[in-house]
Amino acid sequence: MLLEINNLHASVNDVEIIKGLNLTIAPGEVHAIMGPNGSGKSTLAQALAGREDYLVTDGSVSYKGRDLLDMEPDARARAGVFLGFQYPVEIPGVSNVYLLKAALNARRKEKGEPEIDAIEFMRFIKDKAKLMELDEKFLSRGVNEGFSGGEKKRNEIFQMAVLEPDLAILDETDSGLDIDALKVVANGVNKQRDGQRSFLLITHYQRLLDYIEPDHVHVLANGRIIQSGSKELALELEEHGYDKILAAAS
Amino acid sequence: MASKQDNVKDIVDRKYEHGFFTDIEADTVAPGLDEEVIRLISKKKGEPAFMLDWRLKAFAYWQSMQEPDWAKLKRDAIDYQAISYYSAPKSKADAPKSLDEVDPKLLETYDKLGIPLHERARLAGVAVDAVFDSVSVATTFKQKLAEAGVLFCSFSEAVKDHPELVERYLGTVVPQRDNFFAALNSAVFTDGSFVYIPRGVRCPMELSTYFRINAANTGQFERTLIIADEGSYVSYLEGCTAPQRDENQLHAAVVELIAEKDAEIKYSTVQNWYPGDEEGRGGIYNFVTKRGDCRGNRSKISWTQVEAGSAITWKYPSCVLRGNDSIGEFYSVAVTNNLQQADTGTKMIHIGKNTRSTIISKGISAGRAQNAYRGLVKMFPTAENARNYSQCDSLLMGNRCGAHTFPYMEIKNPTAKVEHEATTSKIADDQLFYCRQRGLSEEDAVNMIVNGFCKEVFRELPMEFAVEAQALMNVSLEGAVG
Ligand SMILES: Nc1ncnc2c1ncn2[C@@H]1O[C@H](COP(=O)(O)OP(=O)(O)OP(=O)(O)O)[C@@H](O)[C@H]1O
Ligand SMILES: [Mg+2]
Repeated sequence: MLLEINNLHASVNDVEIIKGLNLTIAPGEVHAIMGPNGSGKSTLAQALAGREDYLVTDGSVSYKGRDLLDMEPDARARAGVFLGFQYPVEIPGVSNVYLLKAALNARRKEKGEPEIDAIEFMRFIKDKAKLMELDEKFLSRGVNEGFSGGEKKRNEIFQMAVLEPDLAILDETDSGLDIDALKVVANGVNKQRDGQRSFLLITHYQRLLDYIEPDHVHVLANGRIIQSGSKELALELEEHGYDKILAAAS
Repeated sequence: MASKQDNVKDIVDRKYEHGFFTDIEADTVAPGLDEEVIRLISKKKGEPAFMLDWRLKAFAYWQSMQEPDWAKLKRDAIDYQAISYYSAPKSKADAPKSLDEVDPKLLETYDKLGIPLHERARLAGVAVDAVFDSVSVATTFKQKLAEAGVLFCSFSEAVKDHPELVERYLGTVVPQRDNFFAALNSAVFTDGSFVYIPRGVRCPMELSTYFRINAANTGQFERTLIIADEGSYVSYLEGCTAPQRDENQLHAAVVELIAEKDAEIKYSTVQNWYPGDEEGRGGIYNFVTKRGDCRGNRSKISWTQVEAGSAITWKYPSCVLRGNDSIGEFYSVAVTNNLQQADTGTKMIHIGKNTRSTIISKGISAGRAQNAYRGLVKMFPTAENARNYSQCDSLLMGNRCGAHTFPYMEIKNPTAKVEHEATTSKIADDQLFYCRQRGLSEEDAVNMIVNGFCKEVFRELPMEFAVEAQALMNVSLEGAVG
């Protein structure tokens, strides 16, 4: 297993948000998590990435056989966990390339690989930018500085493509994208599917799953996964909303 | 031991031979300040009469002046009678003999800053070695400068060799009575740098105090005078990123810049004097008066500073925009950590028509430090169509430090326009987390965010300095987060 979450409880500001969550992801699998607003999807994502305000109070998470909760956020990243943020922050004055080069080298160092040289790096990220249909001018701009909502999301996927993680958690990367951008993002994810890399897609919309076919779909409500199924579950949700499932669960 | 002494003497003489060392007899005047002391300083330096008169006049002003306290700095009182105003460089016999004897912590810092090996010894005050490389480098430079007709020497030499230039320009930008510390400096300054760029000459290299070796003990009351004659250009670098230790707690330097018609002066500083320890013990009190006079039409003066050291920094590099269409610029990064206090900013005095000024100030505070921007933009009635743009950004790290912005404006001409923007931000947790989520350690993440914040200023620095300045930021803020 790549990721095994067992009875996870997590609180924010002393309020329990995740209340006993179980989830297992095998290498190469794509899992989609859907659920009403405020159900705890982003909280789960942030807790997995190691954000300090998201306090894990119980349960365990094992990643590649290691205790994920025991690792610093940057160590998790270097071990191959990538989080595409629902709300990517702006970092003025720090160019996208600069951050990515530092990030890539941190990851390489962890794997015992030498630092990438500047020319090779530029060639590499230009290729990736092309792949993600991201205009090269975004490379030298400050990280997300003045990017539109959709551009920020696209930039997240571009970063994912550069860093080549083993587990990519994408928190509503599809929200705020126009239809063309959505295809590009979905395409980007699909190109990265290689039978080894796993994805956890958090989304509200079935349409993303038209482009990225998930192996499993889960419904998260009130801090727990209340139903899991195949991709048909997403279609059902699209049609009937959450009411039926929520009622059945309570 | 005898041979060691000879050796030292040898070096001193050599330095003198290359004109980069001011010959000072090895003695010290007893602490205290009165007219006699000033006469003595002037005599020991073999100064002409005008110089002594000038000093005495400054001293008279100083006696009637009060220490300024409007910056509300917290500090110990300075006992001006306890300072020795004339002391020759410390005996080399007491200095460390090699890098092995230098505080390993200091060496570690040099390493982090990427200071070249041959420079480290000099900076750490090692007695012998080291200096030689710089001497030969300096000599080549001197030749090149001489060919261009540029005068670049110690202030003492200038007083002896070019008294007419010194007499004509000294104190014309910062008069003796300008302020308490400038008056003190005018009375007792011991040395500094002098630059004269002749008409139409573009100085063939960046001038740097780095290549002057007589730095020992001129730090306390340093005097710099730079004159760019009509149509000339010079870029001058002061200081270096390496932490510099000094026995003297009080520093009161004066820098005067004069740009004649169509001339341009770019003055860059990296200041990293000893800031004191984490509890605020020790550390330099740095009270500096820096002013540039854009005397001629279309002249330009640009100040860029990175202020990282000193327990107290009190410094307002300013521009007097006298010539029509003249331009003044001020780019500043001031970083304070632990118990450091910085009160810095600029004054842009618009007198001529169509004068322009730009102010970009970045203050970073960490620990329990205080950081203030204090700036004045003044538009005279004559300043038709003058423009100013000011931007003051503060970055706070943690919640025990402070940032303050005091922009003063006096606009006496209705066609003049002033634009001011100010922001205060914290290194946001979500920015830090974002970088860490991409795999950067917390320290690297902080450094990256801080350097991004300073970018607009760093890019004004000469290339080499800019790289050093980034490294300096990182070292200065070590341990500021977490
Ligand atoms: N920092 C915080 N402080 C207080 N409450 C928080 C904080 N972060 C999250 N919460 C609360 O936790 C609950 C779950 O939030 P979360 O962001 O995980 O929801 P979500 O499922 O991602 O919702 P959405 O679909 O709207 O993105 C919400 O009620 C939210 O208000
Ligand atoms: Mg969310």
